[in-house]
Amino acid sequence: MLYREAGQFKVTYAKDQQIFPIRQDRIAVIAVLVFAFVVVPLIANQYWLSAILIPVLIFSLATLGLNILTGYAGQLSLGTAAFMAVGAFAAYNFELRAPALPLPVSFFLAGCCAALVGIVFGLPSLRIKGFYLAVATLAAQFFVVWALVRFPWFSNNSSSGVITAQTMVVFGVPFETPVEKYMITLTIVALLALAAKNLVRSATGRAWMAVRDMDVAAEVIGIRPMRTKLLAFAVSSFYCGIAGALYAYAYLGTVEPEAFTLDLSFRILFMVIIGGMGSILGSFLGAAFIVLMPIVLNVTVHWLNGILQSAFAWSLPGSITSNLELMVFGGLIIFFLIVEPHGLARLWQIGKEKLRLWPFPH
Amino acid sequence: MSFFLEVLIGGLLSGVMYSLVALGFVLIFKASGVFNFAQGAMVFFAAITFVGLQKEYGIDFWLALPLTLAAMVVLGLLIERVVLRPLVNQPQITLFMATIGLSFFIEGLAQMLWGSTPRGLELGIQDQPFEWLMNRFNIGVSQFDVFAAVVSGVLVVLLAIFFQRTRIGRALRAVADDHQAALSVGIPLQQIWAIVWGVAGFVALVAGMLWGARNGVSFSLTFVVLKALPVLILGGFESIPGAIVGGLIIGAAEKLCEVYLGPYVGGGIEGWVAYVIALLFLLVRPEGLFGEKHIDRV
Repeated sequence: MLYREAGQFKVTYAKDQQIFPIRQDRIAVIAVLVFAFVVVPLIANQYWLSAILIPVLIFSLATLGLNILTGYAGQLSLGTAAFMAVGAFAAYNFELRAPALPLPVSFFLAGCCAALVGIVFGLPSLRIKGFYLAVATLAAQFFVVWALVRFPWFSNNSSSGVITAQTMVVFGVPFETPVEKYMITLTIVALLALAAKNLVRSATGRAWMAVRDMDVAAEVIGIRPMRTKLLAFAVSSFYCGIAGALYAYAYLGTVEPEAFTLDLSFRILFMVIIGGMGSILGSFLGAAFIVLMPIVLNVTVHWLNGILQSAFAWSLPGSITSNLELMVFGGLIIFFLIVEPHGLARLWQIGKEKLRLWPFPH
Repeated sequence: MSFFLEVLIGGLLSGVMYSLVALGFVLIFKASGVFNFAQGAMVFFAAITFVGLQKEYGIDFWLALPLTLAAMVVLGLLIERVVLRPLVNQPQITLFMATIGLSFFIEGLAQMLWGSTPRGLELGIQDQPFEWLMNRFNIGVSQFDVFAAVVSGVLVVLLAIFFQRTRIGRALRAVADDHQAALSVGIPLQQIWAIVWGVAGFVALVAGMLWGARNGVSFSLTFVVLKALPVLILGGFESIPGAIVGGLIIGAAEKLCEVYLGPYVGGGIEGWVAYVIALLFLLVRPEGLFGEKHIDRV
C-alpha cells in the first residue's frame, strides 16, 4: 500500500535519470540520513559510537571500495588492507610533515596515494585474471606491510612502527569526542557513498560492469580495458585509503602496520560477499553484519555461560569459548552463502518486491 | 660457490615442501573448480590430530597414522557433502569465500579438540646435514629436507599415475574438463568429488606431518598456505607437474633472493618475494607455466 510507484510519472529526462526514482525511496534515504546525522548523536552512548557505529561506517567505506573493484569491475582483490594501510600512513605523514594542509586535503591526498599504489598493483590485472589476479594482489598485501615496517620514515622513526594519529582539526575546530568523530566519519562516508552511487550509474560504472561481465566483448564494443580496469583499481584504492585513514584517526587512534593483515582483507571481502556484490546498499549491510556478528556471538556466549554458571556452577573455559566463536563465525558464513549466495542486498530486493504487492496477493 | 650451491639446494628442497601443499589445492581445483582456501586449515587439522592422538591417548605411531587418515577422509567427505554440494553452480568467488569460512571452522574445531599449545612432531629423521657431503664438498644438505623431498616426489608420481592411468583418474580428468559432459557419459559426479576430497585430505595429512615435523605443530602451520599460493599461480591451478616445477622455482628463487638480495633492502623479504617472482612469470604466461590455456570467445 505504502510502497507503490503507481501515479509517479516521469515527465522529464532529469526525473527519469534521478538517483532514487521512487518517491518512497527518496523519503527513506532522507529519513535514514536525518536519523544518522541528528538522532543518533543525541541518543547513542559512547560504547555504541566508538565500538560499533564508527567501525561499521569505516568498514562500509572500505567495503564500498572493494565492491567497486570486485562487484562492479569484476577484479578479485585480496589486498584491501594494504591500500587501507597506505591511506592511514599517508594521512599521518601529510599531517605530520605538512601541518599547514587542512585535514580534508591531507585525507584526500592520502586517498590519492592509495590510488597510486592501487594502480601499480592493478597493472597485472591487464594480463592475468580471476584467482591468478587474486593471488597476485596478495603481493600488494605483503609488500606494503613489509615496506611500512621496514622503512621507519613512514612511521616517523617510531620504534615498532606504531603511529599515533594526531587530533583531527578541521578549519580550526578539533574533533575529539566520540560524537564528533562519529560526525566527521559519517559526513565523509555519506559523501563518498553518494559519489559511488553516482559513479556506478555513469558511463564509467557501465564500462566497469561491461568489463566484469565479459572483458573481450567489452573491448570489442570500444571500452578501453586498460583505462577501465586501472580506473577501477584507482577509485577502489582511493576509497580504501580514506577508510584506512579514518580507521587510524577516528577509530583506533594508534595503529601499526601489522594491524592491516590479510585477515582484515578477508573480513572486507566477506562484507562484500555477504552484503551483495555490485550493490552500494549491500556494502553497508555487509559491513554492519560482519562487525556486529562477533559482538553478538560474544555476548551470546557470555550469556550462555552465565546460565551454565548459575545452573551447574560450571562454565566453559575461555579457550573453548574463543574457539567456539571462531567455529560459529565460520559456520554462519557458510550457512549464509548457502542460503543466500547473492547477499543481504538481494534479500532487501526480494523484500521490496513483496512490499510492492502488499497487502494484495498478486 | 659451495655456499651458492648450499643455498640453491636448500631452496629447491624447501620448494618441494611448498609444492606438497600446493598439490592439495590443485587436486580440488582440477576436479571441481573450487579454490579451496581451507587446505591450510586441513594441513593444520591433520598434523594436530596426528600429534594429539599420539600424545594425549598414547596411541602408537603406526596406529595413529591410519586413524588420522580416516579422520581426514571423513572431514573431506563432510566438506563435500555439507558445504559444496549445496553451493553447486554458484560463482567461483562464492565457493572461495565458503572455503575461507570453512578454514575458520576447521581451525576452531582443531584447537577446541586438541588445545592450542604448540607441540613437537617426531618422524625419527634428524634435521642434520649429510656428513659425507659436508666433508667432500662442504655443502650442508639437511637429511630431513631430502627425506621430505623424496616423500613429496613419490607422492606426486603416485598421484600422476593415479590421474593418468587408472579408471578413476580418467573419470576425474573428464569431470575436470566438463561436468555436464562427464555426467552424460555416466560418470558419477558426486562420487568423484568425494574421492577428490578424500585424496586432498590424504595430501593434507602428508603435508601436515612433514611441515609439523619441520616447524612444530602450532597455529602458524595454517600459514603454509601463503607459501603455497605463489607456487600455485606460477605452476598453474590445474597442473600437478606445475605444482612441483613451480615449487622448485619458487623455493630456489626465494632462498637466493633472500640471501643475495635481502641484505640490500634490509631483510625480511621472504613474505612477498615469492609473490613478486610468480607475478613476473605470470606477466609472460598469464595461466602459469602449465595451466590450461584460456581462450576467450565472445
